[in-house]
Amino acid sequence: MSTAELQIPLTDVPEIDITPPRGWLDLNLREFWQFRELVYFFVWRDIKVRYKQTAIGAAWAIIQPVATMLVFTLFFGRLARIPSGGVPYPIFYLSALLPWMYFAGALQNATNSVVEHQHVITKVYFPRLVLPLSAVVPGLLDFAIGFVIFLAMMPFYHVAPGMAILLFPVFLLLAVATALGVGLWLSALNAIYRDIRYVVPFLVQFWMFASPVAYPASLVPARWRWVYGLNPMAGVIEGFRWALTGKGQPPGLLLAASAGAVVVVLMGGIAFFNRMEGTIADVV
Amino acid sequence: MSDIVIRVENLGKRYRIGERERYLALRDILARAVSAPVRLFRARKPSSSNGHATHIWALKDLSFGVRQGEVVGIIGRNGAGKSTLLKILARITKPSRGHAKVRGRMGSLLEVGTGFHHELTGRENVFLSGAILGMSKTEIERKFDEIVAFSEVENFIDTPLKHYSSGMQMRLAFAVAAHLEPEILLVDEVLAVGDIAFQKKCLGKMGDISKTGRTIIFVSHNMGAVRTLCTTGLLLRSGKLAASGAIETVIDTYMDNCLQRTNGHIVRLPKPPQSCDVWMESVSILCNGEPNSTMETGDKMSLEVRFRSCEPIQKPIVGYLIRSSRGENAVNANNYFLPSASYPKPVTEGTIICDLGDLPLMAGSYSVSFWLCRHPHEQHHVEDVLHFTVEDKDIWGNGVLPTRSLSCLWWPTRFTFSENQMDSNP
Repeated sequence: MSTAELQIPLTDVPEIDITPPRGWLDLNLREFWQFRELVYFFVWRDIKVRYKQTAIGAAWAIIQPVATMLVFTLFFGRLARIPSGGVPYPIFYLSALLPWMYFAGALQNATNSVVEHQHVITKVYFPRLVLPLSAVVPGLLDFAIGFVIFLAMMPFYHVAPGMAILLFPVFLLLAVATALGVGLWLSALNAIYRDIRYVVPFLVQFWMFASPVAYPASLVPARWRWVYGLNPMAGVIEGFRWALTGKGQPPGLLLAASAGAVVVVLMGGIAFFNRMEGTIADVV
Repeated sequence: MSDIVIRVENLGKRYRIGERERYLALRDILARAVSAPVRLFRARKPSSSNGHATHIWALKDLSFGVRQGEVVGIIGRNGAGKSTLLKILARITKPSRGHAKVRGRMGSLLEVGTGFHHELTGRENVFLSGAILGMSKTEIERKFDEIVAFSEVENFIDTPLKHYSSGMQMRLAFAVAAHLEPEILLVDEVLAVGDIAFQKKCLGKMGDISKTGRTIIFVSHNMGAVRTLCTTGLLLRSGKLAASGAIETVIDTYMDNCLQRTNGHIVRLPKPPQSCDVWMESVSILCNGEPNSTMETGDKMSLEVRFRSCEPIQKPIVGYLIRSSRGENAVNANNYFLPSASYPKPVTEGTIICDLGDLPLMAGSYSVSFWLCRHPHEQHHVEDVLHFTVEDKDIWGNGVLPTRSLSCLWWPTRFTFSENQMDSNP
């Protein structure tokens, strides 16, 4: 009963070592690359499901930032008279709210990603890093919709950004990296301590006031600005405002501090997530 | 000689019992940390919260190798560690000790419908599930028509999955999984769900997969499926390897363990609680007249039943059933339908001997069930109380023995050879 004649040649097959977890930076980027299509599929699924059977659907991507912008314009702008450096308040706030809302949503999704997929993680193998990564991508679609609205608004307020607007992808990338970095920490923790996900809304709320969303970074005294810049979103928001409105200083030191912070958080997040992968599999 | 594709060495998996507590909350940890100094001043308690051992080894020191093309059946009781082993091989969880080396792409079929989302259509779910199971987009596109045809849900492929019946969902899920083409396939009890037709289809497809030379690791409680599909077996008991080798041997070992062979030739039976009618006190096997539990094909076998009754009885009705360790009912008889002797006078106790004559059973392990009654409705019935083994015997003296895998009875048949008769009618 031998099937030797039908043997599949064992050349070019991957050899996998299954061992107890070791080390912190046990990265396997090659393997992760093999699963890149899975990221695409998860993102595709999230977007499809989000917009199926919804009445508001795409409109929510516009309503949320615009409504918040109106409230901010009224209370922080008109009533509290926060200085906006000559930029009309709606533009001032919307240019910050768009990346901020993306970040808040992406962070919450990333935090929940591992636990939400527990039924899949316990049945199939794929690098778990795929989950938080694919969680931070769908929000970009909402961002894009809001961005289009923003661009349509700009002629009304006679705001003409310079060439700097072409740099906005850099700041967007920074926002994605921040959401991913923090999301990696929180998603791993959430798998182990299930109440972490409830901490996120509070964290985001607090973080928003620590970032130049409702006010400009110029309110912070110059010598503290680099400390302020350790908040990665500070660099993102300031950078966005500058790129989209063309007003204000290009954020130099602030941005450098933010970028450095993002790199640290992201690297740390990847390492922590990898280290916890073994534990996650057992407790999720 | 095929290559070894899976090599497992000293694999161990330890679970902390506390980890089983789901939904640990950060606030509990903090509360415990804050109250720790307070606890120091109280009476000394054991460090673990419930005083029990805090670790269990789901797998311990497991070592084995699997060759390419083998279909390995992993069997064992619930809790033996079968699913844990499969999870480690599928890389879903990491081992605590030891390591495993796997050559080849692995597909795992631990559940049917992994990744299905009810809001998406069948078509979309095929892509999603296929991607999760490890197929590339082009691969799924190439096999899409085959998958849909196999699942028999062509008409509904563009309806959202939530409108499917559970049977349809399962068929679609299995269709996707069946078209995985990994070098090594890990399958866990997926055949436990679904109707007979579906199970047959799954088994058939897995048989096809194994014929292409792929290696399959199959965990199941369905001994029939295991015996049909698998070539070799691994028996796990309490996380350790209890037996390995040809599948028949491993299944037999498993069944023997399950049936908890006492292998005594006399078994005393407890009095049944309900009735005070007639009951069996002990049963035993006689081989060639002697109490024995090992015999050879062709030996003279008889069963002896000792009974007692409250009211005197003249013709007790007795019956027995011999069952093989694989669950096949081999032989049964009773004296209800046969004219037989009875006691000359009603008695309250006695011994009945059932003479089976020359034993036609082939080599294997068997168990015997008995029942005894005065009337057919009130029976004292004991199941699988006696166990005995039959060993091969060269009953014809040519040094060659028939294989036993076809049936447990070898029926004495007389074969005559003659020439063709001329037909009387043209």
